[in-house]
Amino acid sequence: MIEIKFFPKVGVFAENKDIARDIRINELIPPLERGESLTLNFENVTNATQSFIHALISDLIRKFGIEVLDRVFFKSCSENVQKIIKIVVDYMQE
Amino acid sequence: MVNPVFLDDMKIHLPNSAFLGNIDTFIRSFDSSAPTSLNITANDKWISVHPVVLSLIASLGLTIKPENIICQPLMAKSRHYFERMGLFRLLGISSGIQVVAHESAGRFIPLTQINNSGQLTNFITEMVPLLHLEPSQADPIKYIVSELVRNVFEHSGSKYGAILCAQYYAKSNSIRIGIADAGVGIKRTINQSWPAKTDLEAIKLALIPGITGTTRKEGGTEQNAGAGLFFIKSIAKVNRDFFMVYSGNAMYKLLKTESSKQVRLYANPDKDKHSENEGLPRWQGTVVGVDINLDHKSEFSALLDQIRKAYAEGVKERKRARYKEAKFI
Repeated sequence: MIEIKFFPKVGVFAENKDIARDIRINELIPPLERGESLTLNFENVTNATQSFIHALISDLIRKFGIEVLDRVFFKSCSENVQKIIKIVVDYMQE
Repeated sequence: MVNPVFLDDMKIHLPNSAFLGNIDTFIRSFDSSAPTSLNITANDKWISVHPVVLSLIASLGLTIKPENIICQPLMAKSRHYFERMGLFRLLGISSGIQVVAHESAGRFIPLTQINNSGQLTNFITEMVPLLHLEPSQADPIKYIVSELVRNVFEHSGSKYGAILCAQYYAKSNSIRIGIADAGVGIKRTINQSWPAKTDLEAIKLALIPGITGTTRKEGGTEQNAGAGLFFIKSIAKVNRDFFMVYSGNAMYKLLKTESSKQVRLYANPDKDKHSENEGLPRWQGTVVGVDINLDHKSEFSALLDQIRKAYAEGVKERKRARYKEAKFI
């Protein structure tokens, strides 16, 4: 299981979509293509924008199907970050 | 030195008062007919304006050579405020106003031009101490600034980036924010994927969650969901505050929700209590103004619950509208 820690990359407020895109392309998609599982660790990230989370995970759901959520785990999310992730996961399934 | 006189220049008058509640009059008075020179006049007694007015003027000024900008010497007692906010610095002209070091303008973010993603990230970190915000108060403000400025980078095509400023108002205990760009405007962006006939129609489409100019696909593209403006309108609505978008010749303004009424979020901006104006002087890019009252203690996480519900309802409504029954003849 690969773990990606966000705090060193984005600080307490995850809003930079360019960083989200780079993480998605370079660190999330390759292991998922190899069939591996991922842990996205949001420890110390207190908030995120919907745009950041969308840029991070929407394409994973589109590329690998909603079943990708059986292989991607969200760890140590604040209440706000959890809720933003749920919003994005919701509308990607509609 | 004699200032040049331009007979058919753009004209902006800084009025006695222009805040989101009464900004319509200011916008209607703005003459945008000749975009090569700018003439700024002002009320002689007192000028008190929302930061969005400053962002709009600065954004406009950046598109014009400083030698083609004429600003009448400001006489109003509040003139120092405009120097403090950096209006003349950004316009590249001298105001002749001397600011004494001990004159405080309070908690404010002066006019700032942001051109790229890295600058925005740094700016968001630095702005919180300038406004003396507690973490719980800072969350919605950081959110608004990030989403609005990124909209400018991604959709406006403006070579001048985003212009923004903000001010804390002690009397109303609120932060007022204004962000402007001199880009292509919302209609041109939305029209890449949606057939909006008018500027107002385009603004309203842009306010619907899941509608973006980058695609017609539900859920957006990998980089864009089309939900930023909806989130910001929702933050303003939950706080019972004003929010306005002005682009092209139209303006949509979310009006305050009375304290006696329960707040309900809608995906469709027509369902919100609002005013709309068409036939306004043409603004080439997009201008957004928002007020955030710090008295309202509604938690950001509770707001996210409401947004999730409204977003899901909005997507379902759109699906129902597209649903077709088989026709048996």
